[in-house]
Amino acid sequence: MTTTTSSLKIRFRPRLKWKYLLYIPLVFLAIFYLLPMYVMLATGFKGFEEVSLQTMWNLPSGIRFDNFAEALDKLSPYLLNSLNMVIPAAVISSFVGSINGYVLSKWKFPGADIIFPLLLFGMFIPYQSILIPLVEFMKTIHMYGGLSGLVLVHVIYGIPITTLTFRNYYAAIPTGLVEAARIDGANLLKTYWYIILPISIPAFVVVLIWQFTSAWNDFLFAVVLTGSQNWPITVALNNMAGSQIIAWNVQMAGSFITALPTLFIYIVLGQYFLRGLMAGSLKG
Amino acid sequence: MASVTYENVTKKFGETVAVNDLNIKIEDKEFLVLVGPSGCGKTTALRLLAGLEEITAGQIMIDDRIVNDIAPKDRDIAMVFQSYALYPHLSVFENMAFGLRLRRFAKDEINRRVNDAAEMLGIQDLLDRKPRQLSGGQRQRVAVGRAIVREPKVFLFDEPLSNLDAKLRVQMRAELTKHHQRLQTTFVYVTHDQTEAMTMASRIAVITKGELQQLDTPQVLYDLPNNLFVAGFIGSPSMNFFPAKLKKDAGKVYVDTGDFAIPIPDSRTDTFAPHVDKNVVFGIRPENIHDSAFTPPSVTAEKVAAKVDITELMGNEINIFFVSGKNTFIGRVDPRSKMSVGDQVQIVFNMDNFHVFDAETEQAIR
Repeated sequence: MTTTTSSLKIRFRPRLKWKYLLYIPLVFLAIFYLLPMYVMLATGFKGFEEVSLQTMWNLPSGIRFDNFAEALDKLSPYLLNSLNMVIPAAVISSFVGSINGYVLSKWKFPGADIIFPLLLFGMFIPYQSILIPLVEFMKTIHMYGGLSGLVLVHVIYGIPITTLTFRNYYAAIPTGLVEAARIDGANLLKTYWYIILPISIPAFVVVLIWQFTSAWNDFLFAVVLTGSQNWPITVALNNMAGSQIIAWNVQMAGSFITALPTLFIYIVLGQYFLRGLMAGSLKG
Repeated sequence: MASVTYENVTKKFGETVAVNDLNIKIEDKEFLVLVGPSGCGKTTALRLLAGLEEITAGQIMIDDRIVNDIAPKDRDIAMVFQSYALYPHLSVFENMAFGLRLRRFAKDEINRRVNDAAEMLGIQDLLDRKPRQLSGGQRQRVAVGRAIVREPKVFLFDEPLSNLDAKLRVQMRAELTKHHQRLQTTFVYVTHDQTEAMTMASRIAVITKGELQQLDTPQVLYDLPNNLFVAGFIGSPSMNFFPAKLKKDAGKVYVDTGDFAIPIPDSRTDTFAPHVDKNVVFGIRPENIHDSAFTPPSVTAEKVAAKVDITELMGNEINIFFVSGKNTFIGRVDPRSKMSVGDQVQIVFNMDNFHVFDAETEQAIR
């Protein structure tokens, strides 16, 4: 890592101007990307009478939090649903992916090279195409309508990406480590538990963020598989809008509250996220 | 304390034969070195003994127990890896204790063994450090320590010194020899470095292309190599080879390279007489080539004309590359020698020490 950056610096130094020119489109794109965020926040702070298409870009007349309080009041049970669903879904699918990746990279069994692409195939199935059989199946196993069913679906649909990430991470770890543990007397599971798991933290951070975010932001599975008692926050947000008049200011405040946990996770764990993505260069 | 026996051991990876019909009997307390060029199957042979690879055919025994189907952890072996393979998240102490903890040793016993090993290796002060805080030589010692604490029947080493710099390698070589004497245990050691093999081994097994070439003490391998490969592999700088023909003239047998002919001493005429007119390879080690001004008095000296091509002063000797016709060869001559590049010189082959190999079978004739 360090060598790459320093060599890049050396290469760029004589062409400093170009570096700044590059910033112009980047800043422009960043502003463009953040515009909806601005509208969401600005509207969230406005009173009901301030909200109109004409004044959409205007700043709010003052800072008021009653919209957020109202939205939170309406959304809080569903916020809890989301947490109850997302945390087990992210943790379980990460663990399963970790064990899969470990076995597929370090304890290759006959047929491993067939199983892995089959697992990956799961990533390319459009979710819409399996909704009807999925609902029927969940009904058959009596997990339709509740949160645990949604957890199960997120775990299963998370397995391909988590397996892929961990398999690549473990491929970069010297096999000698596993062999040394075997000779030291550890079997497959003990090697995983005592040796592999403790050095998997960077990969876990990446996968947990990824799984947390995708399960939290999911709308499709949630709206199809859960009853109104068990709605996660994304579905509840959608249904907060009344049928006649939409209180956009409250709606936008709710949107912000909905987006907050994933933002928080990314900001807190983001540095590990980047480090984990580059974990191939991890050295003992 | 244990003997190790390879009996007709073969290992195939798909169609590739990595180890072919290997037969080695390693005695108790022996320091056996498997040596050969990279890709020759020596590491595979070691991994078969460790249980990290499955044997395709034949059997390996530790003492009288066939270990083919026994898990690595139950073979009573310990292994030091080329990459050291230290557990990066564990301290030096925990790295060494790991195998003992898994075997549910008592705390006192673990402490005693780890501390004893640390003292023996001079790493007592490093026990709390993580592997990444150690130098290459220290990591190497920890890897050895992890093996020692297990008190195994057989120690396996897979090129343990090849990641160290030259100076440290010499030092670690001496340390490993010392540990072997102290531990009184069987060592099986893999290396591609013939110097390591020569300096440490009680016996050396030279392997190439998956096959055992010769198994003997370093001295015998050096003095009496069985074939062309062993002759060229053992010794540094390596033995000089000259394609030649055996000729007989007036009762004397000559080695005729086309550029020069050297008479074979009478005492060995009988050995070579049956091979007259055969294509052979004549071999002579660099130290048996002398500057005629500094030839030791008692040797059977035969003069050869050559041109000096390159000289390398080593201090205690000079390595000189000679050219004679189509042959180039190297001599380790007396440092007082005045030969310089471009000179046409008469040099001396000491015919008390030479080798002749059948050009076709590559086997030694003696």
